[in-house]
Amino acid sequence: MSRQDAGIQSTALPPTVCNLIGADVRFGGVTALRALTLAIHAGERVALVGSNGSGKSTLLRLIHGLVKPSAGAAELPPQKHQAMLFQRPYMLRTSCLNNVALGLWLRGQTWQQAKLNALPALARVDLADLAARSAKTLSGGQQQRLALARAWAVEPDMLLLDEPTASLDPHAKREVEALLAELTANMTVVFASHNLGQVKRLASRVVCLEKGRVVADLPVSDFFEGNLLRDKYPAAHLFVKGELS
Amino acid sequence: MTTFSESAATAVSLIATLDSGLLAIVGRSLAVSASACLLACGFGLGLGAWLGGTRFVGRGAVLAGLNTLLAVPSVVVGLVVYLLLSRSGPLGYLGWLFSFKAMVLAQALLVLPVVAALTRQCVEDAQIRHGEQVTSLGAGPLLRCFILAWDERYALLTVLIAAFGRAISEVGAVMIVGGNIDGFTRVMTTAIALETSKGDLPLALALGLILLAVVLLLNGLIGLVKRWRVRLESREAAQGHSLESIGQGA
Repeated sequence: MSRQDAGIQSTALPPTVCNLIGADVRFGGVTALRALTLAIHAGERVALVGSNGSGKSTLLRLIHGLVKPSAGAAELPPQKHQAMLFQRPYMLRTSCLNNVALGLWLRGQTWQQAKLNALPALARVDLADLAARSAKTLSGGQQQRLALARAWAVEPDMLLLDEPTASLDPHAKREVEALLAELTANMTVVFASHNLGQVKRLASRVVCLEKGRVVADLPVSDFFEGNLLRDKYPAAHLFVKGELS
Repeated sequence: MTTFSESAATAVSLIATLDSGLLAIVGRSLAVSASACLLACGFGLGLGAWLGGTRFVGRGAVLAGLNTLLAVPSVVVGLVVYLLLSRSGPLGYLGWLFSFKAMVLAQALLVLPVVAALTRQCVEDAQIRHGEQVTSLGAGPLLRCFILAWDERYALLTVLIAAFGRAISEVGAVMIVGGNIDGFTRVMTTAIALETSKGDLPLALALGLILLAVVLLLNGLIGLVKRWRVRLESREAAQGHSLESIGQGA
């Protein structure tokens, strides 16, 4: 069910940066996404919610080009204009600086230039003091901040986040969330989250998935309006009720 | 027991007196096996990394072939290299038979599957865990394989030890293609075989002990490198966490 289907105003929307039309994603005999239709517009902050296995991560991977649709059409921004943060970021066994520089080098900068440009990114997430330290020795929160610096350094138009604070303690969670809000001000952001408080704080739009299908696609204020959800989107209402109980 | 103590004494005496013949054999063994490992690693690490990080039609067959080659007897490798390098063979014009180069080639071919198969396993495991994230950073398939292999470099050190151990301890291939020529192609294993056949068991055992000592020394070195790395990372982590707590306290 798209926003247009739901009768939500669609005028004066910024240009579409990602358009999925009836997209299926299958892994062997398992269908992770079914006939999914979704348009994301520039500057939107879309939260993907849903129970485990509902297809949130697969949808993020589809948008990022890590998986291909088995059926349907997908008009996606080039991968080089996107960056993705994972729940447990992978850090190479090298310094924090090199970890950030690698992302820049892989996008075409010379190694020297990449290292120069990595420094401001580290400073932005308050890790400049640890630039020379092995990234593997950082705490979970620091690693996620480093991953954010690595993503931010490449100046993506679109940032995808797969439960970026799920494995962090409350303090680190707050830190990362504050950084996300600050660093992604001018980006299109799509993030998967189980944390409805975080969804409220960070998202402008909520897409609720269930068994690979979109069961609700609403502006964040409408999504948390109990009566609307209960009356029109019972599956999403059940999910929210389950999460809040 | 007498033979063992006698051979140990012989080994100590040979080492203590820096016996020139012994040193030449040990030096030649190390040079042949190290050169063979370098050669095999040059190809094997690349091949293994590529096989671990890519998917293509027929990959299963390639892996089955590679894993089969892990068990190939060294005499078979020696025989193949002998046929290749013999005067009527396709590489006969090189004139390498019964030379240092022939032994290096034989040992390199022997350990190449070991390096490639173990590297493949290592990179494939890393690819399953982290491949997506490296792709997300912008790496293409080939670059992804090499980034993952580079990141697994400490694990690959163990692969190098295994390869070197296989190379330095084999006897069949170097015997066939080297010919065990005194002062020219005689290495530790072929010398052990010769001394045993001559009935000079103490000297053969002494050489065996030295061979074991060389491998033990190498393992010790690698172990030290690993411990140094773990200690360094733990120290960095401890420093980082104390800095973090100071920051939070402030």
